[in-house]
Amino acid sequence: MAKNSPKQKNKSYSNIGFNTPVPEHPSLNEVYEDTPFSEAFWTYLNYVILNIFGWFRDLLRNARIENRKGSAENNPPGFVPLYQSYESFYTRNVYQRIADCFNRPIGSVPGGTLDLLERVTDDYNWSFNFTGDKVKTINLGSYNYLGFANNSGQIAENVINSIKTSGVSAASAAQECGTLTQHRKLESLLAEFLGTEDAIAFGMGFATNALNIPTLVGKGCLILSDELNHTSLVLGSRLSGAVIKVYKHNDMIHLEKLLRDYIVSGQPRTHRPWRKILIIVEGVYSMEGSLCKLPELIELKKKYKAFLYLDEAHSIGAMGSRGRGVVDYWKCDVNDVDILMGTFTKSFAAAGGYIAGKKELIDHIRIASHAQTYAVSMSPPVVEQVISVLNLLIDENEEHEGRQKINQLAWNTHYFRQRLTKMGFIVYGHPHSPVVPALLYSPSKIAAFNREMLKRGVAVVTVGFPATPLVLGRVRFCLSASHTKEMLDEVLKHAEEVGDLLNMRKSKLNPKRPFHETEL
Amino acid sequence: MGSPVNRDDIARLATDFYSLLESFKQTPFYHLIFEIFLILTVLWLVCFRKPRPIAKKLTEKEKQELIDEWQPEPLVPPVDTNHPALNVRVLDGIVGKTIEIDGRKSLNFATFNFLNFVGNQRIADKAIQAVQKYGVGSCGPRGFYGTIDIHLELEERLARFFNFEEGIIYSYGFSTIASIIPAYSKRNDILFVDEGIHYAIQKGVEASRSTVKWFRHNDINDLERLLAEQDKHDKKNPKKASTIRRFLIIEGLYMNYGDICPLPRMVELKYKYKYRIFMDESVSFGTIGQTGRGVTEYHNVDRQKIDLISSTLEYSVGSIGGFAVGSSFVIDHQRLSAQGYCFSASLPPLLAAAAIEALNIMDEENSLLFETLMDKSKRLHKKLLDIKGYRVLGEDISPLKHLSLANSLNTIGRLEYIVEFAQTRDITITIARYLNDEHHLPEPSIRLILNVEMTDEELEFLCTVLQEALVKVTA
Repeated sequence: MAKNSPKQKNKSYSNIGFNTPVPEHPSLNEVYEDTPFSEAFWTYLNYVILNIFGWFRDLLRNARIENRKGSAENNPPGFVPLYQSYESFYTRNVYQRIADCFNRPIGSVPGGTLDLLERVTDDYNWSFNFTGDKVKTINLGSYNYLGFANNSGQIAENVINSIKTSGVSAASAAQECGTLTQHRKLESLLAEFLGTEDAIAFGMGFATNALNIPTLVGKGCLILSDELNHTSLVLGSRLSGAVIKVYKHNDMIHLEKLLRDYIVSGQPRTHRPWRKILIIVEGVYSMEGSLCKLPELIELKKKYKAFLYLDEAHSIGAMGSRGRGVVDYWKCDVNDVDILMGTFTKSFAAAGGYIAGKKELIDHIRIASHAQTYAVSMSPPVVEQVISVLNLLIDENEEHEGRQKINQLAWNTHYFRQRLTKMGFIVYGHPHSPVVPALLYSPSKIAAFNREMLKRGVAVVTVGFPATPLVLGRVRFCLSASHTKEMLDEVLKHAEEVGDLLNMRKSKLNPKRPFHETEL
Repeated sequence: MGSPVNRDDIARLATDFYSLLESFKQTPFYHLIFEIFLILTVLWLVCFRKPRPIAKKLTEKEKQELIDEWQPEPLVPPVDTNHPALNVRVLDGIVGKTIEIDGRKSLNFATFNFLNFVGNQRIADKAIQAVQKYGVGSCGPRGFYGTIDIHLELEERLARFFNFEEGIIYSYGFSTIASIIPAYSKRNDILFVDEGIHYAIQKGVEASRSTVKWFRHNDINDLERLLAEQDKHDKKNPKKASTIRRFLIIEGLYMNYGDICPLPRMVELKYKYKYRIFMDESVSFGTIGQTGRGVTEYHNVDRQKIDLISSTLEYSVGSIGGFAVGSSFVIDHQRLSAQGYCFSASLPPLLAAAAIEALNIMDEENSLLFETLMDKSKRLHKKLLDIKGYRVLGEDISPLKHLSLANSLNTIGRLEYIVEFAQTRDITITIARYLNDEHHLPEPSIRLILNVEMTDEELEFLCTVLQEALVKVTA
């Protein structure tokens, strides 16, 4: 692949991409600007108005003045209602109004650009009809960090071959008849890529956490979990039966205090000493865009003899100069992290999850994991996709595709974040994380930003309560190595327009400037 | 010099004092006693009660010592290198009717390939087309651009197959039922659960934190007893009872036992005791019933009376993932509350395409495929019973059977020997693997699974090999 080939558009900009901006000394600098008072006020007011309207409409529906939309129970009366009415209050009256912003069906590869299926609603989002048209948009919503979501090319060819030679599924659990030679190959490649002794792969990332944390800790153990941990980690911790304590997000002082207090006081009531202490953190937090403070965590863990579980769902492949995740980014020793977990859904554009670590750990998981005993093993074409991507990433040659993509992503992240911040948006997260949340605060802005950007041909993800705190609704841009500089520029220009429309660019730390003034 | 104390003041004082004494005389007796008692109590508290010791606070030095002394267990317990999970067979190529291990081909009675869709050419072609259109991964959860038109098509096809209003798909079979149950049943609700259910359902029941009432496997009388008890309890507190939801969690065809649930009676009881039925038809979908529509077809029960049917795409359909079908009222709730649906990436499109094509084949075949399967299962059942020496668990029409040795002979060691022996004769069978923390750990057994394309000769061969193995192991 020649550097200056004019064939693909982003090739001519990849020259810039090769100046990898990941510095020798990784940055500890995360800035979280305070919520402006006016934004908080208007957001609360927004919720109050929504609530009032909600009560009023529910009243009308109960009095049969308004038609009750949505379906009804088909059991005869006498059955206890399936849903509590207050549980669905939020769904009926807040979520339903902006339901067109979520669950948008697509009709193409989720790459740098996306084909959305156009849909219209006649009855205010209660039901949708497809017009049959497709809308081409720039995709800033899919987790495609390294841009490996492709339907053509060498990797797709490998996948197609694998379907022909191994079928689509083995239809058996890994401990019975479901282990194929590809699974073993994947596991050894993964161990080589991460630098650990051994690794094991599963068919679903969510299930990797939920089904394997119970095999590591149980009753009599303590789990210290970050405030913003993903649902799968919380579910796994709950199912294990251990005592769970939550510490403030990335607050190492609070964590140390909890460690000291709980080691001293022991198990609740009996005060027996804990069997094990497990600290669960994520590499990159997907809603905040922040990084875990790995060097400090490793220091703490060694000092207090705890174990560290690192969930690299979003960071594997996307962080680090060699793409090996936060451990690589912080230049820590991979043997210091006891359990490395990650998923193949994001940077590898496949599906599934893995756990890596010492050989005894992996052997124990092979024997005791719920997934290995009961769940069908990973699908061979998906395994092949991961193997092909791993081969590209292990290859350290700067000219080759793996390195190019890692560097491109790092450049895109740096560029986009800098310009967005300079334009006056309040941006959260670590300067090197490819997840870029910009704050919107109120639920109406969440909907408006989403729809306005779609009109301009950009597909974004906007989230509000309950995925984020009540007042901190946000738009979350997910950058990808398949975005070219031109695409990013277009997005920034549109964001500037919409930001002005919605009065979003209110940062005090970076007073707003027009797009053309924010050149790097 | 103060004002002189004159006679009037003294007189006034005396009058006050006198009136005070008078009032004393006039108070009721009990009041005096009470006041005296109080005064004595106060005196006692102040002078005589020993002070309670104040809780000793640990000094910093002591805390540091405790912290230094504390030693955790090792992260994992010592591992037995001879455990079967560490010495599994590693296969190559398509795991279809025959499998290849170390270059040798053997007949496959071990994988859940009931309809032999694994390796089917039509399905492979459709999967390849999907890769060429969508790539491999969907790169996002359903809520954020992970919904692909092929998912919507699959959901609609599944709903139509079962004649229900709506369907919902999950990307992993195990997580399907484990996410569905906690979405509906919360802390205050009651679950009536059959003891013999599959581990994934047990995890769902555990995650829901509801009150669980286990009834003996397939014992409808035991279930009635539990229901009657609960009813009596409810009558004492009807107001509270009207806020407690009840669910019956059963499987159509039990994976661990191979027998079918007594559905008609359970539906009758549903209307009597007002509970909802969630049935998991992972094994019975595509295997039981005239057209493969499961236990409701087999028992001729109106399917609309079942509130939710969940199943998997991993067994008869030969793809990956799981699904649930039911009325829109029930299914739509999962789109916002089921954790395995909202917080997980969606099913890769090639697997959805494979599932759609499998459904197409099932629709085309209509009843031929399923009648053949049930017929062959019956014949195999008879042949296995003829061997005499094995206990055969499971219905005769069930393509999934459990084989074990009689009584005290039934150990894992002997069953492993039978499996190894069968492998040397080119028959692949497997022992059913369980974890030790199952609620009701089944007896060790060999799980035998019938592939619809097995010929009579092959079934005969299987029985011959099993006979020989039996002789060797009981010798």
